[in-house]
Amino acid sequence: MLEIDGLKLSIGDTPILKDISLSIEPGKILGIVGESGSGKSMTALSAMQLLPEDSATSGSIRFNQHQLLDADDGLMQDLRGNDIAMIFQEPMTALNPVHTIGDQIAEGIMLHDRVARQEAVTRTNGLMERVGLPISSFPLSRYPHELSGGQRQRVMIAMACAQNPELLIADEPTTALDVTLQAQILQLLRSLVEEQNMGLILISHDLAVVAEMTDQLVVMRHGEIVDHGPTGSILRAKKHPYTAQLAHASSHIPERSQPPVLSELATEAGLAPLISARQLIRDYPTKRTNLFTPAKPFRAVDGVDVTVYPGQTMGLVGESGCGKSTLARMLLALDTPTSGSIQFNELELTSASADELQAARRNIQVVFQDPFSSFNPRHKVERLVAEPLYLEPGLTVGEKQNRVVVALEEVGLQASALSKYPHQFSGGQRQRLAIARALITRPALIVADEPVSALDVSIRAQVLDLLTELRERLGLAYIFISHDLSVVKALCDEVLVMDTGRIVEHGIASDIFDNPQSDAAKMLVEATPDLERALQNRPSGSR
Amino acid sequence: MKQFLKTAMHNRSFATGIVITCFIVLMAAVSFIWTPYDVTNLDITAKLKAPYGSHWFGTDHFGRDIFSMIMVGARNSIAVALAAVIIGVGIGVPVGCWAAARGGQLDEVLMRGNDVVFAFPSLLSAAMIAAVFGPGAINAIIAIGIFNIPVFARLSRGAALTLWPRDFIMAARAAGKNKTRITIEHIIPNMANVLIVQATVAFALGIILEAGLAYVGLGTQPPTPSWGKMLNEAQTMMSFAPHMAVIPGLAIVISVLGLNLLGDGLRDVLDPRLSRKRD
Amino acid sequence: MILFLIRKILWAAATLAVASVLVFAALEIVPGDPAQVMLGINATDDAIAALREDLGLNKPALERYFSWIFGLLQGDLGKSYTYSVAVRELVADRITISLPLALLALVMSTAIAIPVGLYAATKRGSIADTTIMAVTQVGYAIPNFWLALLLVYILAIWLQLVPAGGFPGWDGGLVPALKALFLPAVSLALPQAAILSRITRSALLDTMGEDYIRTARAKGLSFRATIWKHALRNTMIPVLTILGLQFAYLLAGTIVIENVFYLPGLGRLIFQAIALRDLIVVESAVMMLVATIILINLVVDLAYLWADPRLRHGRP
Repeated sequence: MLEIDGLKLSIGDTPILKDISLSIEPGKILGIVGESGSGKSMTALSAMQLLPEDSATSGSIRFNQHQLLDADDGLMQDLRGNDIAMIFQEPMTALNPVHTIGDQIAEGIMLHDRVARQEAVTRTNGLMERVGLPISSFPLSRYPHELSGGQRQRVMIAMACAQNPELLIADEPTTALDVTLQAQILQLLRSLVEEQNMGLILISHDLAVVAEMTDQLVVMRHGEIVDHGPTGSILRAKKHPYTAQLAHASSHIPERSQPPVLSELATEAGLAPLISARQLIRDYPTKRTNLFTPAKPFRAVDGVDVTVYPGQTMGLVGESGCGKSTLARMLLALDTPTSGSIQFNELELTSASADELQAARRNIQVVFQDPFSSFNPRHKVERLVAEPLYLEPGLTVGEKQNRVVVALEEVGLQASALSKYPHQFSGGQRQRLAIARALITRPALIVADEPVSALDVSIRAQVLDLLTELRERLGLAYIFISHDLSVVKALCDEVLVMDTGRIVEHGIASDIFDNPQSDAAKMLVEATPDLERALQNRPSGSR
Repeated sequence: MKQFLKTAMHNRSFATGIVITCFIVLMAAVSFIWTPYDVTNLDITAKLKAPYGSHWFGTDHFGRDIFSMIMVGARNSIAVALAAVIIGVGIGVPVGCWAAARGGQLDEVLMRGNDVVFAFPSLLSAAMIAAVFGPGAINAIIAIGIFNIPVFARLSRGAALTLWPRDFIMAARAAGKNKTRITIEHIIPNMANVLIVQATVAFALGIILEAGLAYVGLGTQPPTPSWGKMLNEAQTMMSFAPHMAVIPGLAIVISVLGLNLLGDGLRDVLDPRLSRKRD
Repeated sequence: MILFLIRKILWAAATLAVASVLVFAALEIVPGDPAQVMLGINATDDAIAALREDLGLNKPALERYFSWIFGLLQGDLGKSYTYSVAVRELVADRITISLPLALLALVMSTAIAIPVGLYAATKRGSIADTTIMAVTQVGYAIPNFWLALLLVYILAIWLQLVPAGGFPGWDGGLVPALKALFLPAVSLALPQAAILSRITRSALLDTMGEDYIRTARAKGLSFRATIWKHALRNTMIPVLTILGLQFAYLLAGTIVIENVFYLPGLGRLIFQAIALRDLIVVESAVMMLVATIILINLVVDLAYLWADPRLRHGRP
C-alpha cells in the first residue's frame, strides 16, 4: 500500500534522512523506533508531504498508484485526511483552541465527502462514541481546553479516522500521556486497525510499546534504517548491535553492591529518619466559577506521610497531577504546606528561621527533569555548579573552584568543562552537570524530580548507573520521583504510590511491582509497557 | 563582544541601523564643538533660502542655517528620548519584576496601576503637566517617561513570569537565594535581550513623541532648536519654503528608521529561539 | 463568561476612578493659587477672590473632588472661566470632531493593515513581502503630523485638490464633514497601519507555526482554507491587543493633527485652554479623553471573548 524507496531528505544544508526504504500493508502495524534525532518523525511527515519549507527530497514514496514525493497540492489534499491520516504527539497543541471539537472533526468529513453539515454532525457523533467520548458527556460544542490530554488525543483519533483512511500514521501518540492513558489509547488504535483494516505506522521511542503493538519493525538511527523485519524475531534475536543496545538500555537495572535500606529494619535498628513529613496538606486557591459560592480550594496534597532514612532511595510514583511534584517542592522547602510538619534532621522545616533553613538546605539538594531548562543559559559551568555554595559563605574563589572540579569529576566530567556554557553539552551531560550541582554541598538527601524522563534510553541507563554509584559511594538518600515504573524499579529501595494527593500504597519496590495492592498501583503496573512481558505475550502465531 | 559584533554586522537591519544611529549621535556630539553657522545668529538678508552652496539645507525665516539647527536639534531629541527611556526602564523594570516575583494581590494591584497609566497617552499627560508647570523639555521627558513605564513594566513582568517556573530558578531557590537576589542574578540577565530591543524601539518612539510635543508647543521651548519646533515654524511658510518642513521631518524619519532597524536587527541577533537553532 | 464580563466592567470602573483622582490631583499641585494662575499676575485681589469663590476653591479638596465627580456623572462639568460657557457644551461640541476622527483613522488603519499584513505573511520571502516590509519599516518611522504637513503641501497647496484645513461642521451634511476629516484621518492612519500590518504579519507567521495548523493540513485542508478557517481567528488575538493600544495613541494623536488642519476639536480646545490657563477646561477635556480610552479598552477586552473561547471559561 505505502512503499518508500530510497528516500533522502535534507533540510537546509543538513541531511536528515539517508536512503530510507520501507513498506506497509493494509491491516498491519509497522513500528518505527529510534532515539531523538533518528529521523523517524521526518519519515512520517515525508509521507504526508508536510515537511518544512526548506527541505529537499529524492527517492520515491508510492501510495497505491500515486507517487507522493513532490506530488501537487491538489492530489495531496485529496489524500490527506481521506486516505492517509496522521495523529501527532502533543494533544494539547494539536487542536485549534478557538474551534469546538465537533467543528474540527466534522470539517474533514464535509471537506472530503461534500456532505451537508447535518450528516457530518451525525457521523461525528458516531465517531465520538467509537473513540470513547459519548456525546452525552462530551457534547460537540466543547472546546479543546475543556478536555484532558487523553480526551484530546481521542478527539485527534476520531478526526484522523473520520474518513476510514487506508493508512494511519501515529507519531508518538502516547508520549505526552500517562501510562494508563497510553494503554487505553494504544488499545483503541489496535481495535480501529482491526475494524477498518487500516495500515498503521506507529512511531515511538519506546521499544516496549512497539513490541506490544507492531507486526513489523524498523529501527532507525541518525537518519538511517539500521534494522528491520518482523517485530518478534528482531527483538528476540537482537542481531543488530544497535537493536541489542536499545533493548538492553530500556530494561537496564543498575548493579547494586549494597543491600536496599528498608524502613522496617531501620526502625528496628533505632535509626533516626533523615526526613519525616507528617500529615502534609497543600491547598491551592481556585478561581470561583459561580458568583455566589466562594471558590473551593484545590487540595493538591492531602494528608501525606513520608519518611526517608539515611542512604535510602524512596520512589514516588503516580500519574501526572497526583501531587508528587507539589510534595517534592514542600520537602525541598520551596513551598510551604497549608498544614502538617516536615522534620529534617530534627529541624522542623515549616517553622524554621531563615538561617536554620539556609543551613538545612545544604543537606537537601535537587535534580530536575529537563536538562535544557535547569541551567541559566548565560552562566558558565563554573558558576552554575557552584551556585549552591552560596549556602556556605566565606569560601574563597580557589576553594570554590576546587569544590566544583571535585563535583565534576564525581559525575564523570573533566575540569575542562568549567569555562563552557550549558548549551555546549548534550542532554545526558547536562544531567550530569545537574547532579554535580546537587552534590557540591555534600547533601544527605537529593530530591530527583523525573531526572531521566527527558533522556533517550541509552543515556538514561548511564545516568541511572551514575546515580546508583554515587549513592553507594557517598551514602546519599534519594527521593526519586517518576511516572515511569520501570525506572523506579531499577533504582529504588521502597516505593510510595500517590493518587489524587494521597499516598495509597507504600512498600518494598519489588513487592509493589510483583504484587500491587491498591487500585492505583495495579493500574500503573499493568499499564507500564515492559519489553520482556510484551515479547512473551506476543501471540504464538506471529514471529 | 567582538564576536557579537561580527555576527551582528552580517544582519542587514542591524548594520544599517547601527550606522544610521551612530551617524545621528555623532552629529549631535559634533554640534557641541562645531556647527557650520551659529544657530543663534539671525541673518535676515539670507532668510528663507532653499538649500544651496553655503547653506546645505537652506535657511529659515530668521535666516538661521537649517543644517546647524538640525545638528543641535539632534542633541535635544536624543537627550529627551534617552532620558524618557531611562525613566521607563528604571521604574518599569523593577515594578514588573517585583510584580512577577511576588505574584498574587500585589501583582494584580501593580498591573491595574499599569492599566491606569496606559490610559494616559504621553500627549495627554504632557498637556496636563504643561497646564500645571508650563511647557518645557523636562515636561516632555516626564510625559514620555510616564508613557514608557507601563510598557517596560508589562514586558519585564511577562518575561519574568516565563522565567520563574524554569528549573534553573528552582535550583537557585534550592541554593537558598532569596527572590531579590534571584531576580538580579537570573531573571534580569535573561530578559536583557528583550529589554534592549524594547529600549531601542522606545527610544525611536520617544523621538517621534518629543517632536510631536515640541510641534504643539508643549516640549522644548525656543530658542533651543528642536526638530518638532522647526516643523511648527515651517507650517506657516509651507507654500513658499517647503524645505523648512521637509528637512526636519526627514531628520526625524531617518533617526527613527535607524533605531527601528537597529531594534529589529538586535531582535534577530539576540533572539534565543534563533540562537538555539544555531547550536 | 458573565463573571469575566463583570470583572472587566468593574476593573474599567476602578481604572476610571483612579484616573479621575490622578487628573484631579495633578491640578491640585499647581504651584501657587490656581485662581491667581488662571487670571495672571495683573489680576486684582478682588477678582481673584471672586474666582476662588466661583471655583469653590475655599472648600476642602476632598469635597471639591466629589462635587467634581458628581458633576461629571450628571454631565455638569462646571463653567469655563475664559469662554464663559458651560464646559459641557464646549467639550460636547469638540468631541464630535475628535472622536469621529480617531475612529475613522482606526477603521482606515485596520482596513489597510490587516489585509496587507496577511498578504505579506502568506507570501513570505517574496518580492511583494520584502517590499511591504520595507515600506512599512519606513512608514512607521514617519511622524503623523509631518505626514499631515506633507499631504497638505502636496494635495492642498500644490495640487489644490482639497482644502488645507478647517471644518464645515456636521450640520452642513455628512459628505463635506467627512471630506474635511479625510486627510487628517489618512495622516493619522498610515503610520499606524504600517505598525499594525507588521504585527499582523508576524502574528500570522507565529500562528502558522502552531501544531494545529499542521493538523488542519493533515486533514486535507488547502493552504488557503487553513489560513481562513484556522489561522485567522488565532491571529486576531494579539492584533486585538494592539488595536486597543493604537486607539489611545490615535485619540491622543488627534490633538496634534487638529493643529495641522485647524480642526476645532478637543485637542485644540485643550491647547487654547492651556494658553489661557483655563484649568477647568483642561481638567474636563483630559478626563473625557481618558474615559474614552478606558471605554474602548473595555470593548477590546470584550472582543477577546469572541476571539478566544478559552476566556469564556474562567482561567485563560
